[in-house]
Amino acid sequence: MSAECKTESRLEKVLRAGHFAVTGECGPPRGSDAEAVRKKCLLLKDKADAFNITDNQTSVVRMSSIASAVIMMQEGMEPVMQMVCRDRNRIAIQSDILGGAALGIKTMLCLSGDHQKFGDHPQAKNVFDIDSMQLIQTVRRMRDEGKFLGGDDIKGVPKLFVGAAANPFADPFEIRVPRLAKKVAAGVEFVQTQCIFNMEKFGEWMKRVVDRGLHEKVFILGGVTPFKSFGMARYMAKNVPGMDVPDELLARMKATPKENQAEEGIKIAVETIQQLRELKGISGVHIMAIEWEEKVGEIAEKAGLLPRPSV
Amino acid sequence: MVIGERKPFDEIIMMLGGHKKVLVLGCGGCVTVCLTGGRDEARVLSSQIKMARDKDGNPIEIIEETVERQCDPEYIEQAAPIVPEVDAVLSMACGVGVQYMAERYKDTPVYPALNTTFVGGSTKEGFYVEKCQTCGACKLYYTGGICPIARCSKSLLNGPCGGSTKGKCEIDPEVDCAWQLIVDRLESLNLMDRYEDLMEINDWRPNRDGGPRKMVREDFQR
Repeated sequence: MSAECKTESRLEKVLRAGHFAVTGECGPPRGSDAEAVRKKCLLLKDKADAFNITDNQTSVVRMSSIASAVIMMQEGMEPVMQMVCRDRNRIAIQSDILGGAALGIKTMLCLSGDHQKFGDHPQAKNVFDIDSMQLIQTVRRMRDEGKFLGGDDIKGVPKLFVGAAANPFADPFEIRVPRLAKKVAAGVEFVQTQCIFNMEKFGEWMKRVVDRGLHEKVFILGGVTPFKSFGMARYMAKNVPGMDVPDELLARMKATPKENQAEEGIKIAVETIQQLRELKGISGVHIMAIEWEEKVGEIAEKAGLLPRPSV
Repeated sequence: MVIGERKPFDEIIMMLGGHKKVLVLGCGGCVTVCLTGGRDEARVLSSQIKMARDKDGNPIEIIEETVERQCDPEYIEQAAPIVPEVDAVLSMACGVGVQYMAERYKDTPVYPALNTTFVGGSTKEGFYVEKCQTCGACKLYYTGGICPIARCSKSLLNGPCGGSTKGKCEIDPEVDCAWQLIVDRLESLNLMDRYEDLMEINDWRPNRDGGPRKMVREDFQR
């Protein structure tokens, strides 16, 4: 892949320099307390190259991704602004892209967004004016052609490194690689995958990705989430759509005494990262320690991913 | 056809509060077929209203009538002799019929007895499903005859989201994932290459977003 950066994104620099990248995740608070964001930032600082700021994940209202990203930047960290298509039409999307870039955001992640049914406002009207693929196209068009979707020129082009999600575990499996190919055709530059627990299935997906040469066109970061407990593992296996937790892993968590389950969860995450590093076509990991941010550093450390390179 | 579902009875009673004589007007079109607003349903609803009002010590007089279609000026004209005799009309048509009645009979309040729910069809008797969202720019060529706008919960045009599980939508295990159906169909027709074409950003003007719509046959306008 080209070593030449198109943006000032730290994540882009790390990836194009050939380092094995690490990203983390930070969920904004359910209130306007900036200190809550800063506290999470302190737990995460220097533990990864960049940190996703979720955009009203699971359709629960939270502080906006843009505002939280700005607070994170004040702490000297690099945010990945997540943006979902659920809550904005193309006018608001382009406006927020300009605003985010103006405030210093350099990396963004394009998502469809969880259905509002799962959140705290199931009565809401959803938007979905465009979908995640088309959001990728939109940002690339704004950045590379300097044009709005409507065709007018942009004065002051937003320079954003463009990412998206990929879920190798959702159905139908046959189209999961073609779907990544579509995102690549739309212009995505990096993807973070859904949490990987079923390594065999992920390996099969990656094999097909490599067979099509997609790993040479997009940086792929494998998603890793540590289990806090057997209960959480069981919940993810049974209740989270598009999540694939094999029975062996559940059994391993269940067989672990309760007081050691968190430690075992971290051990599994570290093993997963080690396996991912061996896989052809993987450029990094995305560590999603859900409401367990203090463990990102420990996982990265144990996986031999610290300190992060300076670029 | 247009599917309608009867409003909760309490809401109907609330709307008729204060009226002493009403016309319950059935519609012989779609809502007759989907068993919610035809002659039989008008009769049942009228009895229910009368019973409830009697029980309340506040009796109501009801005239029952059903016309061929309420979305057609010619047919709603048949109500002309009755409407002046009543305080209000309870229309059992879809929202189109209710509005035709309201426009035609300016001096009489017209209320909806149904919630107009969707454009769909039946899979078996008394079981109706949504198939079309009347977006105004049909895309069924690209999607194997299955509409992602109406049938994908997120109206995604470029394939299933990450929540598609064993053929079902993440919002409800009873709901089919439209994109699973599309992929299965494209595969069986050997048309999977169409899946990899990026569907362009949609122009929603032909949808309701372009304002209220009309369709004019110029050759009939002379």
